[in-house]
Amino acid sequence: MDGYHSFPWPYPIRYGQQDSHETDVLILGGGIAGVWAAIAARRSGAKVTIMEKADTRRSGAGGTGVDHWGYAADNPCSTITPEEMTSALVENHFGYRSGISTYIHASSAYETLLEMEAMGGKIRDTDDEFKGAPFRDDRTKLLFAYAYDNPYTIRVWGANYKPLLRRECKRLGVELLDRTSATALLTEGGAHGARVIGAIGVDCHTGAFVVVRAKAVIVATNRPQRIFTFTSEHRGAAAHRGGSNVGNGYAMGWRIGAEFTLMEKTIRSPFASPYSYPAYGTGNAINTWYPCTIVDANDKEVPWVDCNGKVLSTVDERCRPAEGQKFFLMGGGNASQPHPGLKKYAGPKLIPDLEARMMKGEFTPPFYADLTSMPWYEREAIWGLMVGQEGKTRIPIVQTYERAGFDPAKDMLQTYDFLRGQGMREFVAPQERTFGEIGVAGGMLVDWDLMSNIPGLFGAGDLLFGSQDHVNAATTGRYAGARAALYARSVSHAALDTAQIEREKERVYAPLTETSDSIDWKELNIGVARVMQNYCAELKNEELLKLAEIWLADIEQNEISRVSAGNPHQLMRTLDVIDILTCAQMIVHASKARKASSEVLSFNRVDYPENDPPEWHKYIVIGQDKNNQVRVTDRPLGFWGDFESNYRPRHAENMAAMQGAPASAAT
Amino acid sequence: MVDMPVVYATPNRPTPGRPVIFSPDICSGCNTCVTVCPEDVFIPNPNKGRSPIILYPEECWYCGVCIDDCNRKGAIRLNHPLQQRARWKRKASGEHFRVR
Repeated sequence: MDGYHSFPWPYPIRYGQQDSHETDVLILGGGIAGVWAAIAARRSGAKVTIMEKADTRRSGAGGTGVDHWGYAADNPCSTITPEEMTSALVENHFGYRSGISTYIHASSAYETLLEMEAMGGKIRDTDDEFKGAPFRDDRTKLLFAYAYDNPYTIRVWGANYKPLLRRECKRLGVELLDRTSATALLTEGGAHGARVIGAIGVDCHTGAFVVVRAKAVIVATNRPQRIFTFTSEHRGAAAHRGGSNVGNGYAMGWRIGAEFTLMEKTIRSPFASPYSYPAYGTGNAINTWYPCTIVDANDKEVPWVDCNGKVLSTVDERCRPAEGQKFFLMGGGNASQPHPGLKKYAGPKLIPDLEARMMKGEFTPPFYADLTSMPWYEREAIWGLMVGQEGKTRIPIVQTYERAGFDPAKDMLQTYDFLRGQGMREFVAPQERTFGEIGVAGGMLVDWDLMSNIPGLFGAGDLLFGSQDHVNAATTGRYAGARAALYARSVSHAALDTAQIEREKERVYAPLTETSDSIDWKELNIGVARVMQNYCAELKNEELLKLAEIWLADIEQNEISRVSAGNPHQLMRTLDVIDILTCAQMIVHASKARKASSEVLSFNRVDYPENDPPEWHKYIVIGQDKNNQVRVTDRPLGFWGDFESNYRPRHAENMAAMQGAPASAAT
Repeated sequence: MVDMPVVYATPNRPTPGRPVIFSPDICSGCNTCVTVCPEDVFIPNPNKGRSPIILYPEECWYCGVCIDDCNRKGAIRLNHPLQQRARWKRKASGEHFRVR
């Protein structure tokens, strides 16, 4: 009978009552980036507070696990330098991937993983389960994925990493404000664009008003989801990023004048489709399931080819570079999806003309992922290690499927490609786009300190422009934590602006007033999504984007006031959707500013049909001035400059700062 | 005369409406799942010691941490929405199965 009855609210109601905190480094969002930032800042001697909407034990897109520690060019077995790795990834995104975060990632992934191991995380095959596997380095006992000759992605047992990171935060004395959703950044004198001196949050259980004064703030909240599609009927099981990932940091930053870039990039993705299945829970041959054999309904194997079109006859060949290729890129976010990327970095894959050959009768749908015919080491690595440690797989896939009798040595899991005579991508309606549910997406523009244009405001993880994935979040979080701690040493606390706080108080509690024509947060979300579907999706032009702008401004002015929340949980969801609306507006502003189509950004301006003209091959940067007017500037590709001379001195400072750390919760 | 059931006027259940199933015999009502759930789907049961209330079932992300972090094996079971239950085939026999 759950959901039918009303229950007394189980937590004390404290609407409007203020809790005040003071800290050196405040981190908004306690997912993977946030907890790594907290540990690094605390080790650098700062007093640290995390404000987290959910609970830091398991919160964030990566809270349920990680199975492949990708692009770890600094690992002892790597044959690729961080410079090569970063250049290849940026090039494979045609320049639209951050050289800053990618270089931090590729240079410190293994260094960060060793810290994970010191906290109790399993990173190597200490139980000798995979002895004899070609992807195992017997000296270090590290296991690698995808590319046997270019070991840069480490297979890890990461399902329990998040609770271990949280335990380390507790051990070091990080203050954890769980179930507190950040709503606004506070600035010096309350002025737009001024130094950030703290933040405000609302307790999702009690409704209390939480004010934190800080010397530096790191925003480590995820990207906005539910921009183009929202329905509770379909979203939960299929989504890679959870319902709490609504772009709070984007909206908060935007309101005080922080700059963002690449916001116009949205993609059509099966992962945003109402028809998706639980992530990693269907047969496929990519990413976590690479290089699984796929067979048709009559057990006929689908051939694989390398980037030269050579047909590969063994499973082993799927894990080797092609002739003339030093290495291939594989793993989450390796190319500018849905664009397949450059041939020179392309890895082996199923034959590209499978659909045409199926239609001629050569193959019979449905297809299956055939783990039974895979070598034992790949079967056990894919099912059990990768699917099992990857986020959202240990319980939803491995435990649930095995309970129903699935046996990877006997059974073939169905793929849902071509069931309607077409591949997965075409399974998605044109308007069902996503802003970064998968792949590299737009975000906060930062410098080599991971600081935005607003003094004292740092970013980490998926919120950073042109960034992607768990390891990127861990490494940029750790780096930002140290940078913010160093910055905090150089500034003092500033007085909070009472008027700014009062304005925010009025804003966040407004939805508690019910009106005769009230709607709930879900209706608001679907309304915003429909505007984006109609006017900022597959086809864009000035008129469509103008309508998007008018409609969203109308919703902001006339409809938000109708949304009502009956308790602190619903209040949190309502404030989330208001942030989704702000993020949608940012995407529209950026889409208006890019007056050219771009194949590599999946961006189609019907009024500017030429794809990727050279003069538009650049980053569009948007921000708001103090009169709330949108300011558009641009940056050339590669504007971050040289990797090594920017990274190395800062990294040395970070390491020195973290080594001068408190060993435990003293102070 | 057949006894008719007592009937209530109820709104429709939100869907998907049963993301997890508790086993009342095993669950101790410790509320660990309430604490860890990243979507804040549960509230503690007003009757202490009983399984939590699934207050917002349609917000479930199906991540499974309520089960992963539960102290009592078998106390909670994940229940995928019917429309998202994948199928498989046993290679040797050709028999078909599905997630249950």
